[in-house]
This record gives sequence, C-alpha cells and structure tokens, in this order.
Amino acid sequence: MSALAQQASPPTAKADKLRLPKTSLDSVLAPILTVIVLLSLWQIVSWVAPIRADLFPGPGAIMAKLPEILASGSLLGAVGTSLFRALSGFILAVLIATPLALLLAHRPLLRKGLGPLISAMQVLPSIAWVPAAIILFGLSNATIYMVLLLGAVPSIINGLLSGIDLIPPQYRALSQVLGADKRQHIWHVELPAALPGYVAGLRQGWAFAWRSLMAAELIAVGGSLSLGVGSLLQRGRDLADLPLVILVILVILFVGVLIELFCFAPVERKLLRDRGINRTGGKNV
Amino acid sequence: MGVDLHEVSLSYPGTDLVIDSLTAQIDDGEFVAVLGASGCGKSSLLNMIAGLLQPTSGWIEVPHDGAAFMFQDANLLPWLSAADNISLALKLGGHPADLRDARVAQLLNLVQLRHAGNKKPHELSGGMRQRVALARSLAQDRQVLLMDEPFAALDAITRDMLHEELHNLWQQTGKTIIFVTHNVREAIRLSERILVLSSHPGRILETRRISAQLRNDPAQSAALADELTTILRKEQRKHERTGAAG
Repeated sequence: MSALAQQASPPTAKADKLRLPKTSLDSVLAPILTVIVLLSLWQIVSWVAPIRADLFPGPGAIMAKLPEILASGSLLGAVGTSLFRALSGFILAVLIATPLALLLAHRPLLRKGLGPLISAMQVLPSIAWVPAAIILFGLSNATIYMVLLLGAVPSIINGLLSGIDLIPPQYRALSQVLGADKRQHIWHVELPAALPGYVAGLRQGWAFAWRSLMAAELIAVGGSLSLGVGSLLQRGRDLADLPLVILVILVILFVGVLIELFCFAPVERKLLRDRGINRTGGKNV
Repeated sequence: MGVDLHEVSLSYPGTDLVIDSLTAQIDDGEFVAVLGASGCGKSSLLNMIAGLLQPTSGWIEVPHDGAAFMFQDANLLPWLSAADNISLALKLGGHPADLRDARVAQLLNLVQLRHAGNKKPHELSGGMRQRVALARSLAQDRQVLLMDEPFAALDAITRDMLHEELHNLWQQTGKTIIFVTHNVREAIRLSERILVLSSHPGRILETRRISAQLRNDPAQSAALADELTTILRKEQRKHERTGAAG
C-alpha cells in the first residue's frame, strides 16, 4: 500500500469521541436538574401560597394520586389504548404519506396543486377536525384515526419532500452515469439521500399524531370507544379532580418524551453519525 | 471505438453559446486532456459526452454502452461504505450479485485501498475518496472514461501519486480517457494529446500531441507548459474583457 493510502482519518472524529462523554452527561444532567428545581419550587409554592389545595395541588399531592389510579387499572389501560392507537395510526400515516410524497416529488404539476393544501393542513389545528369526524363516523375508532391521520400525514409528506428537495443535484447525475433507471434511482439514491429529512418529518408526524390523538380522545368520549389517555383527562375535568388532570398531563408528556428519547433521537443520531454530519449540521471531514 | 464530436454546439436558454461548433475525434484507447480556462465550457463538453446534457446542435458518437464518469468532487454516497459505493455501480451495471464482492475487492486492490472498504466516505481523506471514485468508475466497465478535474481539490503530493496511478491504470486497461483540467502540467504529464479550448464560446484553439520523449524531458515539457499557459492567460483575459463588456 502506498503512503497515501495509509493516510489516517481526519483528527476531528477522534476529538469528537473524546468530548462525547462530557457532552452526553451534560445533556442528561441539565434537564434532570432543571426538572428537580422546578418541582421543588412548585412544591414550596403549593405549601406557602394561600390557595386551596384542590385548586393548586403540589407535586406531592399529585403523586399521591398515582397508586390509586394505578390500582384501579384505568391509567395503564388508557395508556395502552392510546399507545396502540397512536402507533397503528402512525404506521398507517407513514404508509399513506410516503408513496404520496414520492408521487408529488416526481409530478411537479401535482405538487404545485396539492403542495399548498398539504402545507395548509399542517397549519390547521387537528382538533378542528374532531366535530366533522364525529358527524361522519360517530363515536368510533374511525373518528380517532381520521383526526390522527389528518394531523400526521401532512408532516410526513412535507418532511420527505424537503428531504428530496435538498438532495444535491450531482446525485441525480451520478445515478444517470451509473445507468440507474427511475425506480433504481429512487430506491438506491433518492430515498437514502432524503432519509434525514424523512426522519425529521416522521418525528414531527409522530408529535402531530400524538397531539391529534389527545385532542380526539378529549372530545370523542363514549360510544364504542375505549378509554384513552385523552378521555381520562376529560374524566378528571368532569370530576373537578385537578391532581388527576395534572397527573394525566404528565403521563402524556412522559410517553411523548420516551418515544422521542428511545425511538427518534437514536435513529437520527445514527443517521447523522453514519454520514459524518455533526449535530450542528457541519461535516466531520 | 473512441468518441466522435461533430459540429457540437451548446447554449443554455437565455445565454450566449457555451460551446461553438466543436469537432474532434478521440481514438480508441487514447488519453486526451481537454485544457481550458475556468468557465470555458470544458465540463459542459464532458457532460454532453456523458449524456447528462444534450447538445443544442451537432452530434456526439460514443460506444453503445456509454461512458463512465468521474466527478470533480468524488460524489460518493455518504451513507454507503467505500466498498458499497463501488458495489452499487456493479449492481446498477447488472453484475450478478455473487460476483460483486470479488470484483469490489479486486477494484479496491487496484486503487490501493484494500483495507479501507468498510470505511464511510467521511472517514477517508480527499485522495482516498478520489481513489474510491476512480474504482467506482472502473466498476462501470466501459471503454470510455470521462474525468472532470478529478484531482483539482487535492494537495500536490496526493495529486502527484494519483497521476502516476492513473497513468498505470490507463496502460493496464487500455481505456479511452478524456480528462478535463485547467492544470497545464497535469495535462502534459498524463495525456497523449491536449485539446486547448478557447473561452466563451468554447472552441478547439490548439491541438498538441505529447510524445513520451517530450513528457520525460523536463526542459521540453516546461517550454510547452509556458506556451500553453500563455495561451490560456490570453483566453482568460479575453473572457474577462468580454464578460466586463457584456
């Protein structure tokens, strides 16, 4: 092997690896400490503030509610129902949005027509669809899924489209000189190249799906519908049970953060690392 | 079969001519350098030969299986390892799956990267990336190889080594190589014939044969380099004046 072929990788990668543990520690410790400080302040204010305990419960009072609601089984059941709806609805949204985005990316006229509508749908709060969905499908799972899909699909479409838009033009030239047909170009070059944008769209699509689901479950209660986390929120409101309401809000937040931390964040990290892109968007070259 | 260019012209919509009635014949197995100042249309010429651009008029004849292309920046797909980048070219070229790995290993060996197959492009140096790009263009297994200033961004030592390797590869494979460059010494060192393009629009201004004797004689090659540099400077000044006037 020539001396050139033995050239070492740039030193940046090594330096990044050395810095990583401290960065990871900071990024874990900083939010945990912030939460501890906020919870402490909240507890102190709830003790000293001249407000009725049922109108301003502290973290202690809220956590005291947890064993009761866990024992009744309603919280775990509701979380299970909501997660099943969110995951199945999200998968359905991906299956609808992905081919649609590819179609729009390769049909400029169709994109000109539908693109602004899809972006407008992304702006529309999904809760606005709930009454229409109830009129159309009654109090059934179809109502929930309709609202969820209308929330998630536009984000996933726009994510994949922007990923495709950002593909360097020389990749198209490369496909051409390598003799790829359109299908091969899409599969071997376009989709992998658009993956960072696609994952960002999936991430946003999941957030929209989860929010839309909560909005739908909050309003669409009863009928053939099983109790979801959003419905539990409504039950807390009906019973004027503020600790229950806040506990459910925390559970909604917790589930969202867990999915983010254990699903999307690692995928995105691996994707960027594999391509030599650091988190600020620069290249580790 | 080599490459025939007959009265080839190119203009982009709303612009003046980029290439004007260019006629040239590149023989089978010949190494031709296309030399020109920046912006003279030499990359556009290469893109037309590769089929990436269509000439406005004239015609280009290339072998029926087309031409392999090596880009100025390596243009490797960053999510694939060096070996997978080469393997993709084989796959798209219709090579059977069971023969690909052996061919990839052979090509990596040829460009002296046999231990770097698993590395991603960002883990390779600029010179190594260009070697992978060279291996990928060889994987296309076409008689004609088009190279668009492939070593322009490399440091002098790396470029020097790659010149030597490319020259050896050309002698081993007997490929027809069209090598676009603005580097006069690179053109003299590598090619058998130099086509000097004029600036704006691109036409063939000079054709020079480079004999082995000239290439190996420092005094003669330096004299030719000076002469060609003077021509290019004149063209560049003309181009700048035209641009300023325009």
